Amino acid sequence: MSDARHIPDRLDRPLRRLLRSWEFLLALVAVAIFIANSLASPYFLNPWNLSDATYNFTELGLIAFPMAMLIVAGEIDLSVASTIALASTLMGAAATAGAPIAVLVLIGLVVGLFCGAFNAVLVTRLGLPSIVVTIGTMSLYRGLSYIILGNQAYTAYPTGFAYFGQGYVFWVFSFELVLFVLMAVVFGALQHRTSFGRMVYAIGNNPTGALFSGIRVARVKAILFLLTGLMSGIAAVCLTSRLGSTRPSIALGWELQVVTMVVLGGVDILGGSGTIPGVVLAALVMGLVTFGFGLLNVPGIVMSIFIGLLLIGVIALPRLWSRLKPRGT
Amino acid sequence: MSRALKSREALLGGAILSMVALIAIRFPQFVAPSNLVGTFNDTSPLILLALGEMAVILAKCIDLSVAANLALCGMVAAMMNTMGIPLPLIILAATALGAVVGMVNGLLVWKLDIPPIVVTLGTMTITRGAIFLISGGKWINDQQLSESFKDFPRSVVLGLPVMAWVAIVVALAFAVLIGRTPFGRSLFAVGGNPNAAIYTGINVGRTQALAFTLAGALAGLTGYLWIARYAVAYVDIANGFELDVVAACVIGGISIAGGAGSVAGAVLGALFLGVIKNALPVVGISPFWQMAISGSAILAAVAINARERRRAGRVILKTAESRA
Amino acid sequence: MTVLPPRADLQTTDPVLTLTGISKSFPGVRALHDVALELYPGQVTALVGENGAGKSTIVKILTGIYQPDTGAIAVAGQQTHFSTAAAAEAAGVTAIHQETVLFDELTVAENIFLGHAPRGRMGLIDWRAMNEAARALLARIGADLDPSARLRDLGIASKHLVSIARALSIDARVVIMDEPTAALSHKEIHELYALVERLKAEGKAILFISHKFDEIFRIADRWAVFRDGELVGHGMMRDVHEAQLVRLMVGRSVDQIFPKRQPKLGPPALTVAGYCHPTEFDDIRFTLHEGEILGFYGLIGAGRSEVMQSLFGLTKPSKGACRIGDRIAVIRSTAEAIANGIVYVPEDRGTQGAIKGLPIFQNVTLPSLARTSRKGFLRLAEEFRLAREFTSRLDLRAASLDQDVALLSGGNQQKVVIAKWLATKPRVIILDEPTKGIDIGSKAAVHEFMAELAGQGLAVIMVSSEIPEIMGMSDRVIVMREGRMVAEYARDEMTPERLVRAAAGLGDGMEEDRA
Repeated sequence: MSDARHIPDRLDRPLRRLLRSWEFLLALVAVAIFIANSLASPYFLNPWNLSDATYNFTELGLIAFPMAMLIVAGEIDLSVASTIALASTLMGAAATAGAPIAVLVLIGLVVGLFCGAFNAVLVTRLGLPSIVVTIGTMSLYRGLSYIILGNQAYTAYPTGFAYFGQGYVFWVFSFELVLFVLMAVVFGALQHRTSFGRMVYAIGNNPTGALFSGIRVARVKAILFLLTGLMSGIAAVCLTSRLGSTRPSIALGWELQVVTMVVLGGVDILGGSGTIPGVVLAALVMGLVTFGFGLLNVPGIVMSIFIGLLLIGVIALPRLWSRLKPRGT
Repeated sequence: MSRALKSREALLGGAILSMVALIAIRFPQFVAPSNLVGTFNDTSPLILLALGEMAVILAKCIDLSVAANLALCGMVAAMMNTMGIPLPLIILAATALGAVVGMVNGLLVWKLDIPPIVVTLGTMTITRGAIFLISGGKWINDQQLSESFKDFPRSVVLGLPVMAWVAIVVALAFAVLIGRTPFGRSLFAVGGNPNAAIYTGINVGRTQALAFTLAGALAGLTGYLWIARYAVAYVDIANGFELDVVAACVIGGISIAGGAGSVAGAVLGALFLGVIKNALPVVGISPFWQMAISGSAILAAVAINARERRRAGRVILKTAESRA
Repeated sequence: MTVLPPRADLQTTDPVLTLTGISKSFPGVRALHDVALELYPGQVTALVGENGAGKSTIVKILTGIYQPDTGAIAVAGQQTHFSTAAAAEAAGVTAIHQETVLFDELTVAENIFLGHAPRGRMGLIDWRAMNEAARALLARIGADLDPSARLRDLGIASKHLVSIARALSIDARVVIMDEPTAALSHKEIHELYALVERLKAEGKAILFISHKFDEIFRIADRWAVFRDGELVGHGMMRDVHEAQLVRLMVGRSVDQIFPKRQPKLGPPALTVAGYCHPTEFDDIRFTLHEGEILGFYGLIGAGRSEVMQSLFGLTKPSKGACRIGDRIAVIRSTAEAIANGIVYVPEDRGTQGAIKGLPIFQNVTLPSLARTSRKGFLRLAEEFRLAREFTSRLDLRAASLDQDVALLSGGNQQKVVIAKWLATKPRVIILDEPTKGIDIGSKAAVHEFMAELAGQGLAVIMVSSEIPEIMGMSDRVIVMREGRMVAEYARDEMTPERLVRAAAGLGDGMEEDRA
């Protein structure tokens, strides 16, 4: 312990800190998978193929950013995929009624915001546990979709609407990819460079302490639920545009993939720690793996085994490791 | 509180009865004995899984993999049937396999301290994937299954199908297990106050792992019953059913925070959803309403539970104490 | 006062429990080093030591929660080891813990018998036998409780009785009592003493952990002092004086020295008029001046913290008004309290004060983020500057300002919490049990600093249950009992007797005392 007057600001050098971080490990994994893929398939390194590969993570990633912040704050939203379903269904209904593109997008965003707001009210106003609330709204939102659509589908989307899911901003850079990068920057800044982000960390580490420090805990959490809803709405616009059709089963099981992405990105499922760059890297890793499996003609359901193993593995391995180490040495 | 808890269950029972009565006014055929038996029988899988889930939730965990586990064990049972393996062995194997899957969940939670929601979200997808791997994505349908395999849960004993009897027997066994065994009581201790449970010599992790194993075994047993009853097995069987199971528990007043709940609550919560599901076609509402209704029921139940549990600060003033 | 029975001959019996050479380390901490302890049947051994001296570690080893790294445990001369809590219970060692370790959803009888319930046919729990056994046990300790009542419907004192009954339900030879009177009222404490006497008469060996010297001298036969994880002395109570015990505890002789100050009172900083709450407190009224240290004394659970938390915007008073300076202030949230210049250093440092997991500098700047950030964006240099300024004023000991606050000692964590509030430039600072559970050095630093703050014109409220601290620091003290203000003394009117009597409801409040 040093003398009180000479407490340094920091001890760790930034480079050492980086090298020891989860994000660095993820980056290595991403590079390794990239190399493995390019060796495994000659089609992999084609820029257009790579561009196609980004669709495997862009929409999920858009939701993973606010979800990461929500989980850091100690809450969770399992209703995101159902929010997509409801938003997409209402967009489809409007499109069938002849609404213009701008209105469709607006509907997507407003429905997303509304779903998030409903979760926010239940969690922050009534003080209910978010996991139960969002399991409930997960049923409710998709249930509404089923009530509206039954076993039908909406397909009558205006031609220009396809841009959000299929269009390119520049060369091989799709609208979705550009949006993903943009949102990564926005959420990265929000989480790591603003006082709002700091409050999110404080709440996640100690909600009572945060409240006792004058932070409006309920308001911060409500904003996070709203953001998660909004980004689910944006993802709904992209996904609907990409598929060109809406069924009530759209994006089924995505909540799991988003949570997996967030946890793989190094966010503690119990709250308090995690970074947006980690989530971006996790999105890349998951996208590359999915794409690689696709090139090898592995069916989607087998990929889900891999994702399940990944989810448990990334949490289990460090714990196993730390348990074995002291005995070994 | 014990009285209040009992009245909770009475309230839920009353709600179910009045719902049935209301439907019966317009649609008397709904309360025909055969239809009521049918409704109970249809609800039996939900009751069985809800009981297992209750044990898990009591111990402050959650199991989202029960439906996938059910589907896996059902598929295995169906495949064993096509190989001509005798029925008792099939039932035993399905139950044992379910227990193993549950035990894996439990061990991951116990030995590695991974949050239950993460573990079971993971095993849920892994289990679904495993069904695809063993079945090659193919269906096993009516014709491929033997008559004895299909008949067992449907055969009527003393006016009720075997599947319904299984639910009743398991519910009674659970009442004894929860009320009269050290394991049952330790579930409340583990969920209610895990730190204190350690001081009373209870192994928290092992208790939780046992609860998962129990839930898994019930899912395995139900897997066979389900496949035999509906005479078809495929990857997506009972997809999303885990939400109904959690819903039944929440509606039945089992606290998601652990440590509070009852067997009667779990059974009534399942019956509540079962009655709604079976009443929808009778009253002429599209079955597509089912999902939204269970979602709303979860939200309503959790909101009501929270209201009951909320306490208004400490009572320090003596006058306030006498008022309260 | 009950008269104690004459002591049996204490020398001839053999110890029922013997610890030798017990050591226990945690990563980075040596909790116990080569500790020996003997407990004798029919005798009370008082274990004293400062917080962090290793008392709770030894309790956890004796109850099978922790396993010692080295050393041996012998029960009645037989070597054993307690690999689990159940093993310790089976060997006849049981503990009544500091916090009630009970289960709200289970019944009184179940709480008593959890883990060793009477079994009937087929190994099932025999509820009737259990309820009867519980009733008998409760009667034995004079507790009038229904065995089938659910625990959540019971008050704190009743819960305590349940945990005592639990300890007795195991045919224990050794009973450990870890600060058993901390949460009890005056009357309940006396009932507990009577119970201890009865246990002694039954031949049980009792390890009694306490901070209260009066009770140690009243009920204990032997003493043992821990300091920094080591046994630094032990012997018979009749051969020792309070001063000797204190010297052993702290390793040097201390007359607790409080900073000398000449209070200069300014204009009123905080005026509270008729604050009421439906269940917690009633008709709280006082005026706090700039430069004043106002003490709030009372027993635990007297409603002091509740009043303070209400002033800090955590709960809403049902009636009453408060004025900051000469403005009426409406405080509906902690954020509004801070904006109004009222800050609160909570009693529960671990969950309400420090944000463990965040570094020191981020803890310090948390309520001041609006000032250290620009348009919502963080300015780290500004944060470090603020953190450096206020932590150095408090003589914080840490490796770096980027260190996780969880890695600091209790005293240094408290300094971070206080620094956090000073950085907001408050007018009124409320300190709730500011030195509870921190080492003597940090204690002095906190006292010194409190005096300095008052000297700079800050208005200070100090909630404390320690009479020396109240007497040493406050310019004025308000005594609370059962949610009401029952007495108020100026500095020269304060005596320990008056404080204790008022808090316990023995004296008839301020009117008579003043007469």
